[in-house]
Amino acid sequence: MRINPRFADKLVKIALNGQAFFTVWILVAIVAVICVKGLPYVNLEFIFSSPVDMGRHGGIFSTIIGTVLLVILSIFVATPLGVGTAIFLTEYTKESVFTKIIRFGVESLAGIPSILYGLFGFIFFVIKLRMGWSLLAGVFTITIMILPTIIRTSEEAIKAVPRNLRIVSYSLSATKWETVTKVVLPSAAPGILTGIMLSIGRAVGETAAVIFTMGSSLRLPTSLMESGRTMAVHFYILAREGISMQKAYATALVLVLSILFINIIAYYIMNRVVSKYS
Amino acid sequence: MNVKIRIEGLKVSFEGKEILKGLSIDVFKNKITGFMGPAGSGKSTLISVINRMIDFEDNAVVEGKVLIDGQNILGDKIDAVQLRRRVGTVFAVPTPLPRSIYDNIGYGPRLKRGNHRRELRTLVVESLKKAFLWDEVKDRLDTSALKLSGGQQQRLCLARTLALTPEIILLDEPCSGLDPISTAKIEEALDELKKDYTIILVSNNTKQIARITDHAAFFYMGTLIEYGPTEKVFTNPSEKHTEDYIQGKFG
Repeated sequence: MRINPRFADKLVKIALNGQAFFTVWILVAIVAVICVKGLPYVNLEFIFSSPVDMGRHGGIFSTIIGTVLLVILSIFVATPLGVGTAIFLTEYTKESVFTKIIRFGVESLAGIPSILYGLFGFIFFVIKLRMGWSLLAGVFTITIMILPTIIRTSEEAIKAVPRNLRIVSYSLSATKWETVTKVVLPSAAPGILTGIMLSIGRAVGETAAVIFTMGSSLRLPTSLMESGRTMAVHFYILAREGISMQKAYATALVLVLSILFINIIAYYIMNRVVSKYS
Repeated sequence: MNVKIRIEGLKVSFEGKEILKGLSIDVFKNKITGFMGPAGSGKSTLISVINRMIDFEDNAVVEGKVLIDGQNILGDKIDAVQLRRRVGTVFAVPTPLPRSIYDNIGYGPRLKRGNHRRELRTLVVESLKKAFLWDEVKDRLDTSALKLSGGQQQRLCLARTLALTPEIILLDEPCSGLDPISTAKIEEALDELKKDYTIILVSNNTKQIARITDHAAFFYMGTLIEYGPTEKVFTNPSEKHTEDYIQGKFG
């Protein structure tokens, strides 16, 4: 028996619509639950005052600062490393056993569960290098964790830059480095930024790797060698230990909003870059 | 007539396959020299040796000499990056860099340190005028070069090359993708430019070679078959092969 092609077409359309709707619906549902449960407890005081009594009372200011510091510092360490590696792999080496090994390593790193990064960071940075539970140990651990994403996305973005543009740049008396910085990187910037955004998202939401390395101190970290707590870790501890579900949802809401905020800013920067180079 | 480029016994091979089989040719100063020949004749490879863009081809082996003003540019002492300021190139496919018209022309000059803003502006304007593009873009130098038409883009590429203040301009089939009007504008520009530059035009379009070049060279399978004043090559070729090619019997 043959199905009427028109009917099949309609059926597929309905099915695809349904799938798209389902995906969006899950997202909306999560955000809605967090909003409904968290919104009543979020106010300026919650954002700008520090936690009291393990977070049962007070706000989450120190965890916001902890999150911001961890994420910004990790991105600052990981981006030059990751983009540099990507430039090396694409522009400065030929395909060889060596590059294959690096790529294999990068891909393997990307697949490791974050708890293992946490354990590695704990054993290596916290214990072996005697950093203790500290912002610095957290930054290094998160850096290692997000490097594969930045390297992979940067590499893809750099590879997608047409060869013609490089040839033209060379023919206009540019050196390799000038070509990379003036032509290749600006053209690849949107792709690289996507990788950085994904990494920020991962870092902001990470708990396992952070709790083992940066610790979970509720005090405001004032130096790289001090322990601190991120919003994600705070949420986890509040919910897990049943300290305060209200505060937990309020924290989650701030977390979600800040990710949204970061995305908007990243898109803004991306558009600026794209419009300058097109 | 002064010789600007003297090529002596130039051999180029890729992985053992010989593309140029011992070429020798003199290119004269302030003339347009046309290189023609069917695909695979080695004319584009020859171009890429003169501007040392062949350096970016893996596995290319180059032997022989290319003398510009008597200096062998294949020698160890030559900095290929500096050489490309003296030998500008326009490629077959118009390739504006993704930035404004002004920044496209300014790309080469800005790479050289010590270019002042006002000097750069003059250079950009002059280059656009020489490429016969100024009148069409003078009001929108800050708009993206990608918004120009194909023919305008190719003249932009010519202007961008001129802004390097080169001595030699190599054009590798610059009109292959252009309409007749755009082609005419490029040809008009080249005719003016030969007063100040030595120009090599690679083209598959024998009519174009006949129209605008002073000397014409016919290549076949990596060897130079015939070379002489354009009029002589086209009206009274000494080789049967050249005659067949010009008359369109093959190629």
